[in-house]
Amino acid sequence: MSALAAVLVLPLAGALFAVALSGRATRIVALAASAGTLAAALALAASVISHGTLRLEVGGWAPPVGIVLEADGLSIAMIVMTAFVMVAASLSACHMLAPEAAGPRVAFGFWPLMLLLWTALNAVFLSRDLFNLYVGIELLSLAAIGLVALEGKAAALSAAIRYMIFALAGSLLYLAGLVLVYAAHGALDIGLLADRMPAETDALALALMTAGLMAKTALFPFHVWLPPAHGGAAAPASAMLSGLVPKASFIILLRLWFEVMPDRAAGEALTLMAALGIAAVVWGSVGALVQIRMKLIVAYSTVAQIGYLFLFFPLAGGASAEQPWAGGAWNGMVFFAVSHGLAKAAMFIAVGQWMSVRGSDRLDEMRGFASAMPMTAFAFVLASITIVGLPPSGGFTAKYLIMTSAFAAGQWFWGLVMAGGGLLAAAYLYRPVAEIFARADIPALPVPSRVWQVVPLFLACAAVALGIASSAPFELLTMGRPQAAEDGL
Amino acid sequence: MTSPTLYALTGAALIGIGFYGLIEAQHLLRRVITFNLIGSGLFVFLGAVGARNDGFDPIPQALIITGIVVALSASALAVGLVVAHSRASGRATFPEEDEDA
Repeated sequence: MSALAAVLVLPLAGALFAVALSGRATRIVALAASAGTLAAALALAASVISHGTLRLEVGGWAPPVGIVLEADGLSIAMIVMTAFVMVAASLSACHMLAPEAAGPRVAFGFWPLMLLLWTALNAVFLSRDLFNLYVGIELLSLAAIGLVALEGKAAALSAAIRYMIFALAGSLLYLAGLVLVYAAHGALDIGLLADRMPAETDALALALMTAGLMAKTALFPFHVWLPPAHGGAAAPASAMLSGLVPKASFIILLRLWFEVMPDRAAGEALTLMAALGIAAVVWGSVGALVQIRMKLIVAYSTVAQIGYLFLFFPLAGGASAEQPWAGGAWNGMVFFAVSHGLAKAAMFIAVGQWMSVRGSDRLDEMRGFASAMPMTAFAFVLASITIVGLPPSGGFTAKYLIMTSAFAAGQWFWGLVMAGGGLLAAAYLYRPVAEIFARADIPALPVPSRVWQVVPLFLACAAVALGIASSAPFELLTMGRPQAAEDGL
Repeated sequence: MTSPTLYALTGAALIGIGFYGLIEAQHLLRRVITFNLIGSGLFVFLGAVGARNDGFDPIPQALIITGIVVALSASALAVGLVVAHSRASGRATFPEEDEDA
């Protein structure tokens, strides 16, 4: 129970101390808070694995007045993944965003924003109250916008403002749906709403909230803000923004469609979401194919990968929820979210290390870097394997699970999209990998030490390990699964 | 017309004005204000929801106060970004929208 509170309190306290202190002290406090939160996340995971779903009524108040925090299999998977990515990002920030390299403003501002982002992510993963989720997602957006704007140049500021307009519009749409839900049912707790009497406004409320969350998740056609924001931020910030932030709004979407209003999941709506997912896969992949900057290739790849997350909706929701294939599709989706988070963060950190040596992330400047920084190059390739979905990576397990359930459901079309998307990913990742491993004489450059090169390698290995040792996380995911997706197994 | 209905309609009108402004406005500061208008409209509507039954429902009041704090911090960040952007680039609109600004 205390670990449940600690994953929220530790990063928040760290953020406040980091603002109050300055210079080296900021960094030391932030790293200590990161280590503490990682330990709390692992302790929470251990206690959920041994005791089952954990539930905390904050302040002893029961809903509808109080707010409930709950750690189930889905939230634990996301919290542990977040902890790994956050620790890796903060370690790489130690050398990439040191004051002498990035200037005092970035070196100071990164730490409190990073810890606030972490607090908000954990709050979203644990909350069982629609309004608390609103506050969490808003805090998340504010911290993420701050990270995009951190460098203070005109391009970064304009990317941040564009992001802000989409994020605030998304929040308002979500808030509008929430007000309608409260007007109809007088409750905002997910557990209470699951047993509600259906009301006429439910469909409108669900549509408003879904549209708002799609804008925050950057699903096509709301993706235009993502590439400049993620491609322009400092590399450790991009790793968190791309790997973690879209997952938070996606998790709220899951809670809405599978726990709050599974009765409103009409087949047409689910197909529409999957169709937008297909458009995102195609658009993001083609976008990644034509970029000449590494960070933009990786950012467009996120647009494509977010599309896959929405393909599972028609397989696990609505009429399919009671079917035997729904459980496989659900697990595949969570595997996908986790392995994408780890692999994408590894990619951004790897690109950031090359950038810090080269001063640019143009593809032709990266030629032959594999001989200078072999471990970072290996990390990038391992992460690419997961993104493309080749065995034995976590991305392969995810695609395999979703494809099997697509064929079991007779909806082979979604499986075809998965396979085609994998080919597209292989196509757009071929260029950077080929450049890095090309034979070229590169001048002697001051490369980061091997210790730093281990950081992205660790994340990429974790993404691959997810595929090799997939049975332990598989069992975790079945814990506290919403009824709508559980029946299938 | 009962007063909760009047409040609800006022809230709806504010949301409508704000939405029009969001589509129409190009100056970034105006866009920030439209977000505030829509948010305020939603809060007025939520307040009206709390008064619909006999007696008071205190939860909407707590939600509105929290929501106002969230909106205030979002607006502060937004205005700060717009000011920084106009200092760095010399304009308060996006580059591609300059011709009719």
